[in-house]
Amino acid sequence: MSVEVSLRHAFGGFALDVDFALPRPGVTALFGASGAGKSTIVAAIAGTFRPREGRIVIAGREVLDTAKNVFVPPQRRRAGMVFQDARLFPHMSVRDNLLFGWRRAAPKADSGEIDRVIALLGLEALLARRPRMLSGGEKSRVALGRALLSSPQILLLDEPLAALDAQRRSEILPYLERLRDEAKLPMLYVSHSLDEVARLADDIVVIKQGRSVLQGSVFDVLTGLELPALAGAPPVGAVIAATVVAHSDDGLTALAFDGGTLFVSRLADPVGTRLRLRVRAEEIMLALEEPRGISANNVLAGLVVAIAESGLQADVQLACGPTRLIARITSASARRLALAPGKPVFAIVKSVTVDAPAAHRALPSL
Amino acid sequence: MDGFLTPPESEALLLSLRISAVAVFGALPFAFAAALLLARTRFPGKTLVDGLIHVPLVLPPVAIGFLLLIAFGTRGPLGGWLLDHLGIRFVFSWTGAALASAIITFPFQVRAIRLSLEAIDPGLTAAAQTLGAVWWDRLVNITLPLALPGIAAGLVTAFAASLGEFGAIITFVSNIPGETRTLPLAIYTALQAPGGEAEAMRLSLMSIGLALIFMTLAELAQRRARRINA
Repeated sequence: MSVEVSLRHAFGGFALDVDFALPRPGVTALFGASGAGKSTIVAAIAGTFRPREGRIVIAGREVLDTAKNVFVPPQRRRAGMVFQDARLFPHMSVRDNLLFGWRRAAPKADSGEIDRVIALLGLEALLARRPRMLSGGEKSRVALGRALLSSPQILLLDEPLAALDAQRRSEILPYLERLRDEAKLPMLYVSHSLDEVARLADDIVVIKQGRSVLQGSVFDVLTGLELPALAGAPPVGAVIAATVVAHSDDGLTALAFDGGTLFVSRLADPVGTRLRLRVRAEEIMLALEEPRGISANNVLAGLVVAIAESGLQADVQLACGPTRLIARITSASARRLALAPGKPVFAIVKSVTVDAPAAHRALPSL
Repeated sequence: MDGFLTPPESEALLLSLRISAVAVFGALPFAFAAALLLARTRFPGKTLVDGLIHVPLVLPPVAIGFLLLIAFGTRGPLGGWLLDHLGIRFVFSWTGAALASAIITFPFQVRAIRLSLEAIDPGLTAAAQTLGAVWWDRLVNITLPLALPGIAAGLVTAFAASLGEFGAIITFVSNIPGETRTLPLAIYTALQAPGGEAEAMRLSLMSIGLALIFMTLAELAQRRARRINA
């Protein structure tokens, strides 16, 4: 189910030159500033834009190869597209919108899949409505369901949340997380929000001025030192895959990750649940000696891997076993502690954000 | 109706309705194609085509009737061929009146359909394409239903305008009772006879009533078009 993308195209004063792959099912974020060329890349994969030069392979099938004059039109690409503006058909009910792609798909998903998608996205109560009677968030969910039911081999999400306010966005994100965890297909998620990326993506491709400049797993890229410079923004922090190992009587839940254990306020998830944790760069303090008598529940021992200074700030990449963290401290502190690659430090983690499965349980079926 | 209109008068009324209906429905596919061409494509000479379609709006109807007579007369280049090969004759026939009305009201249809096509978000057809719809599928299931209120508005406006056509009909197909004598021609004929004012008045009132009905329908269709695309 892999996807390979290689594109070259020149517009007036803007060149597109990207190479990347979606190695596995899951969410790959196409991250970059507005105008970096993300939407053009997605349009090329969907087939609605034809680049001068390129090769695109979806699930082992060549859908574009300019060298061999291969061009599969959008209607036969099996690329499910979710547009920023939803683009629901205004003259059809939600049900007919959902079934539009399903009726035309070959091979068609079995009809049980329709009910599964409706349940997954909480659309039961909306089926008879017309799109103009839906809220922005509901429209996004219908658009998502419509694309899913067209039996796609890749799902392309072009900033599906950008048109929504923060409230609506936080309503949709859990559905996208559930989709990521339950649907077994590669998804390309276009976003200019690192927070969304950190929450949803398994892999990241960073696009800058029409070029793919950085790619890798979300764990590596978000804790890397290149991203803050490329994105022109402070690091968002580490993403950590963890498992619930114990609920203790003192109101904490222990979460084991590759390289240590973190404690958070008690979760409802049973032992064994796999979760995604986020530790923001500015929520980590560094100490050279193991601190005693402090209120923080989490102190992790690790090694400094690398340091990048930018002005008064220093980003410090840490290794706790195989897991990477990133801390943003002042340059003054970095000098005072004489931080250097290989130096052992203690990371005092002030707060941990828990994403996913826990969030799934609270999904409203509106 | 029998109490109000004399038999020749109701004949003129029914003939008018039939000629207008055939004219607008016959022209509809061509008007839709022309509107699609103007709304969705770019090609050299588009301005010229656009102008040509709208010429009947500004040309004197009598001139159109005259040109049709030249082209479709039994010895004209088109009329001769049609008569020899297909046995179709337009001159002095109600079908000729329908042809003249169709040409004169063509711009009304094209304009209304074009406006409704231009109001359709092109992203919708792109979305349909990514969902597996080929071009005719998109045309039938997305473009056509969304343009329907515009099509209805165009039909009704063209129909109402067609009911009033006089100059082209009388020039092209003459004024034959029961064949080409539509409402306006009947009014004109009544005025030619001494004491025909009462008949002319009845037919005029009838025309006003019809015009009001169809303009109201056109307005309703246009409102619906605006609401769907809102």
